[in-house]
Amino acid sequence: MIESWRDLVLAPGGARGEASPPALAKALNILLALLLLIGAVWLSLLKLSYNWNWESVWDHRAELFLGWLMTLGVTGVALVLSTVGGFVLALFQRSFVLPLRYFAKVVVEIVRCSPLLVLILLFWYGFGGVFQVGNEYRYVAGILILTLFESTYISEIMRAGIESVGQTQIESARAIGFTRAQTYRYVIIPQATRQVLPPLVGQLVSLIKDSSLLSYIAIQEFTFSAQQVNSNTYSTLETYLPLAVGYLVLTIPISLWSRWLERRFKYET
Amino acid sequence: MKLSLQDVVKRFGAHTVIDRVSLELDDIHCLALIGPSGGGKSTLLRIVVGLEYPSAGGVALNGRPIEYHDEALLRHRRSIGTVFQAFNLFPHLTALRNITLPLEKVHGRTPDEARELAEGTLRRFQLLDHAHKRPAELSGGQRQRVAIARAIAIKPQVVLLDEPTSALDPEMTAEVLELIEEIKREGRDLLLVTHEMGFARRLADRVALLADGRIAELGPPEQIFGAPQSDVTKGFLRRVLRY
Repeated sequence: MIESWRDLVLAPGGARGEASPPALAKALNILLALLLLIGAVWLSLLKLSYNWNWESVWDHRAELFLGWLMTLGVTGVALVLSTVGGFVLALFQRSFVLPLRYFAKVVVEIVRCSPLLVLILLFWYGFGGVFQVGNEYRYVAGILILTLFESTYISEIMRAGIESVGQTQIESARAIGFTRAQTYRYVIIPQATRQVLPPLVGQLVSLIKDSSLLSYIAIQEFTFSAQQVNSNTYSTLETYLPLAVGYLVLTIPISLWSRWLERRFKYET
Repeated sequence: MKLSLQDVVKRFGAHTVIDRVSLELDDIHCLALIGPSGGGKSTLLRIVVGLEYPSAGGVALNGRPIEYHDEALLRHRRSIGTVFQAFNLFPHLTALRNITLPLEKVHGRTPDEARELAEGTLRRFQLLDHAHKRPAELSGGQRQRVAIARAIAIKPQVVLLDEPTSALDPEMTAEVLELIEEIKREGRDLLLVTHEMGFARRLADRVALLADGRIAELGPPEQIFGAPQSDVTKGFLRRVLRY
């Protein structure tokens, strides 16, 4: 309950911050933080006497919106593919067939240690150029490169999830007479899912952000569209502010969803 | 139950856990394995249940030699009931589902048959009220009783129990031991690793004391607990029965 101004600005339990503050105090302080942030940006722009030119960007709103939709489409397809890819890589990493296991481990290590932009350039201009991949495959290639990159992260998430299922559970499944496949299907996967779901949803945030790098190979997603609008209108802030907001509209709710899942699975054992 | 072990050896790296154990038992209904921790009791049980390969030697249960390769072991494990110390049940499934799942997927029962069998077993063990709870909502004793229900729902001739009460407090231990006694009464053969000396004495018709990977003494409970022959047995019983 809020009884004095202290309850509005101080966390219950003081510096130890054991409990979460009352909802009203929380909302008020988030609003305050946002106002501070916006105010600081606004004031610095006033000093520069920046000339806003929203009209010209407004004229290109359809282009921006189409780019935003393209980002949604590209990430959606890449999400499905990289979840499957990540699962397969995770299984390979645990395979008792050693060539498969080390193939997966090497791929995961190399890809995870490379910047996405480098992979995009290497695969599209490098390999794509050598093998003369036609321009019509630009989108397919872009999605596949993104899928490869995200698959390795997702495979590590899934591997950790599979390994979180105790050895005693696997033992129990063996004693009952489950085959290896049945053990995965009825014991490991259902139990690993609750471990994996929150970080997997979190990875979706990365996927959305990472997809912006596809603009480098002229895939007309959100960032690329914004750059085009900018070069047509010369109004930088008016295009890049909506660009940032357009991403945050997608990523913040997903990030909050991931945290919510994490809390939910933590409480029910 | 007929159990035959011939020069069974189990090594983990350089460490020998079971050191040439042999025994021949015919027409027994409950064999209890007792002895100090690390003596090899659980490993021996795991070899008999087919969860562990022996490094050397042979095992035969009820006259059939156990073939130690994956497919045969899978069939072998399916034919016996096994209960571990703890964490037997799958935490994401209800008690009922824990029992019906193997009946359906391993033993080919229809969902209706499996449900009927599982509910029948739970009812007999006074656990039917808990059928729809997950393991986290059950007490430790209830969890072990459901685990035993799952092990015997497949109507195995032999049930193997690996320290089934070691993780329980005395009151829960009593309720689980009662249940084990009951499944023995209904004619199932037991192979039991236990630290409950009184229980071993009452239930077993043969007791084997394992220490340092060898059978120090094997005999009827009257001999082991009443007139032990081996110094290892005497020392062990003196230690565990002091308090």
